[in-house]
Amino acid sequence: MSDELKYLSDRVVRGLMDRRAFMGRAAALGAGATLAGSMLSSAAFAAGPQKGGILKAGMVGGESTNSLDPATFASQVPFAFGRSWGDTLVETSPTGGIVNRLAEEVSATADARVWTFRIRSGVTFHNGKTLTAADVVATLQRHSGEETKSGALGIMRGIETISQDGNNVVVALKNPNADLPYLMADYHLIIQPNGGMDAPDAGIGTGPYKVVVNEPGVRYVGERFADYWDAANRGHADQVEIIVINDATARTAALQGGQVHMINRVEPKIVDLVKRVPGVTIQNVGGRGHYVFIMHCNTAPFDNNDLRLSLKYAMDREQMVDKILRGYGTIGNDMPINAAYPLFDEGIEQRAYDPDKAKFHFKKSGHDGPVLLRTSDVAFPGAVDASQLYQESCQKAGITLEIKREPGDGYWSEVWNKQPFCTSYWGGRPTQDQMYSTAYLSSADWNDTRFFDERFDKLLLEARAELDLAKRKELYSAMGTIIRDEGGLITPMFNDFIDAVSDKVGGYKVDPGAELMNGMALSKAWVA
Amino acid sequence: MSPAILKLIAQRLALGILLLLAVSVLIFVGTELLPGDVAQAILGQTATPEALANLRAELGLNDPAHVRYFDWLGGVLTGDLGTALSNGQNISEAMGKRLSNTLFLAMWAAIISVPIAILLGLVAVQHRNGFIDKLISATTLTSISLPEFFIGYLLVYFIAVELQWFPSVSTVYDGMGFADRMSAIALPCATLTLVVLAHMMRMTRAAILNVMQSAYIETAELKGLSPFRIILRHAFPNAIAPIVNVVMLNLAFLVVGVVVVEVIFVYPGMGQYLVDHVSKRDIPVVQACGMIFAAVYISLNIVADIVAIIANPRLRHPK
Repeated sequence: MSDELKYLSDRVVRGLMDRRAFMGRAAALGAGATLAGSMLSSAAFAAGPQKGGILKAGMVGGESTNSLDPATFASQVPFAFGRSWGDTLVETSPTGGIVNRLAEEVSATADARVWTFRIRSGVTFHNGKTLTAADVVATLQRHSGEETKSGALGIMRGIETISQDGNNVVVALKNPNADLPYLMADYHLIIQPNGGMDAPDAGIGTGPYKVVVNEPGVRYVGERFADYWDAANRGHADQVEIIVINDATARTAALQGGQVHMINRVEPKIVDLVKRVPGVTIQNVGGRGHYVFIMHCNTAPFDNNDLRLSLKYAMDREQMVDKILRGYGTIGNDMPINAAYPLFDEGIEQRAYDPDKAKFHFKKSGHDGPVLLRTSDVAFPGAVDASQLYQESCQKAGITLEIKREPGDGYWSEVWNKQPFCTSYWGGRPTQDQMYSTAYLSSADWNDTRFFDERFDKLLLEARAELDLAKRKELYSAMGTIIRDEGGLITPMFNDFIDAVSDKVGGYKVDPGAELMNGMALSKAWVA
Repeated sequence: MSPAILKLIAQRLALGILLLLAVSVLIFVGTELLPGDVAQAILGQTATPEALANLRAELGLNDPAHVRYFDWLGGVLTGDLGTALSNGQNISEAMGKRLSNTLFLAMWAAIISVPIAILLGLVAVQHRNGFIDKLISATTLTSISLPEFFIGYLLVYFIAVELQWFPSVSTVYDGMGFADRMSAIALPCATLTLVVLAHMMRMTRAAILNVMQSAYIETAELKGLSPFRIILRHAFPNAIAPIVNVVMLNLAFLVVGVVVVEVIFVYPGMGQYLVDHVSKRDIPVVQACGMIFAAVYISLNIVADIVAIIANPRLRHPK
């Protein structure tokens, strides 16, 4: 019994279970409230932050071509290291809320069009300069200028003006957007001195760690910044280190051999083996990333909604989660949204594998002959296997699926967003609005399903300006249903982020935002 | 040194440079043929069209291919390898570090494997067709037959994970102590040694055995010299040319062919550096790496040629 209680109290501390549920389960196990309460506090005490030591992560997703310029961040290692040396105005919390960071207070006009961020005082950059509102304005401008190549450009485009008002930064939008704080939490928007206009890749920020070693594709080291403004909550280890280990076997071996404390992207097929390693815990969390099969709604034969529906019904989602993700994920419902998003409507009917309906719609579409699907393993891990499983489930519905395997090199430039039917991956966004505006609005940059629907666009703009959460939820529900029933997206599964963490690490709490505690494991966790 | 040899060396060098030029054209054409686009590869799947256009203009990708090629070649001839398209780093600087890491690993692998291979070869000849000869051949041939990643993983599993003698991650960096550095490269070095051992050992054995058939060896035997002395003093000098050739080939492999070993042991050498830049279509870096690999390969072969000529008087004085 006490083992189970210990396990449960551990889960509370890690944020996977709330207090109430814990007390309920403890009672069910026959433990009195006093015992349960004391278990919980001792677990929390044991988990109290400890200062000192070197915290090391072994990560996939770093190349020799990476730069410290936040505008260029596109893979996991620069992202996670950026979280260690820099801060953003606000952050998302593991429960999907907004946490103020360099912005002390965020407020908006009643129509959600003009937003004011009060900049925290007493924050210094690693070079000794004090943070001012002017630095924030310059940063936002650098990421939104015409000339920028920032990965955040897409989300900055709705901004009309950025101005300084004493200690405040005022952001005026072209159209109302209730989600603006979520946009400002984007990991590219690290506040740099003078916005990084002078030296974008200097790695000077306000984060808990100063950059001391920057060897792209090899190794990064950060040293605790003595003047960090939030030292009570972050920057526990004296030094943090990221070793780039792109090979999955080498990554696991490094964790087992004790050379690193945590690794990202444990492959689903080896999770059960890693679980058996003593002193190592698997930390997985359902995220917003999803593996998709995308059809262009404006290209024959996929311009016929019956054909699209038949291909959706021909997808065996359970099998995909089971075989491709080995259970480390959840089934999708042909929309890019799942329960990891705020304001998700659980009530939308789940689409299930139905060969008969697939057959019916296929016949109704009038299409004859095979359907060509292009795929490659770079689309998502196991994409080729998933395509073959799909081929079989289609076969049972009388649909002949032809699979064309494309070279991984150049897949994102030659196949994805060019060919009418292919496999792909979406990393997800913090809010529904962002996900829909990124890829499903008629004018979206990456409208990779070529989905043009006026009703949908109208609903999206309406939801963006709607500050009443219940009404927004309804609008999002209607939008999700449109995509599900008429869109070009087949979403069989949402994948979990799977990290493996050594017992020597304290304070590890999963975050659905991204792997390794949304990239903040090095600054928030500690060496126990 | 006689003028004839100097002339020979000069000829070889001139040929080598010509070959390098040809290689540079080949590499350039090869990189042009790759699908995809630098800007897209750098910015990733989620780049906006504007960001792509901005980056393309900034990188000068809108110039025609031959213009970019000659710009680059001019730079190389003046000792400037340029800056990487993808992250703006100075290529000479970034590559210098990687190259010295690769050479460091290759050097230690060579220091360990070459003497062992030659010694094993000599021992095998002495005990030819006996048990020891067969044992040496069997073990070295087994290790060369296993793919290098498999040997690497075996070493990682037994030595790094189970016994924890040496680390499985061989990251080396500036300011690392010599002992730490040697401990870090222990496993990749052992893997490489196992991979190259058999080839050199077998060649030594075959070349010496070939010489052992000669009449002067029989004379030496009849003179009553000890078998090992015959092998070392009489047979070995005459077998040097083919042995040096194989040793050089393997040294070249240690420098240019270790991508897989580097990936397994996360060793920051040239191989990983090249692969990263190929996938980003970073043509200046790929070209520079290709040129360096080609230069290493060609110069090692020139050395082998020259040694063979010096070792063999018949080649020194061609009729």
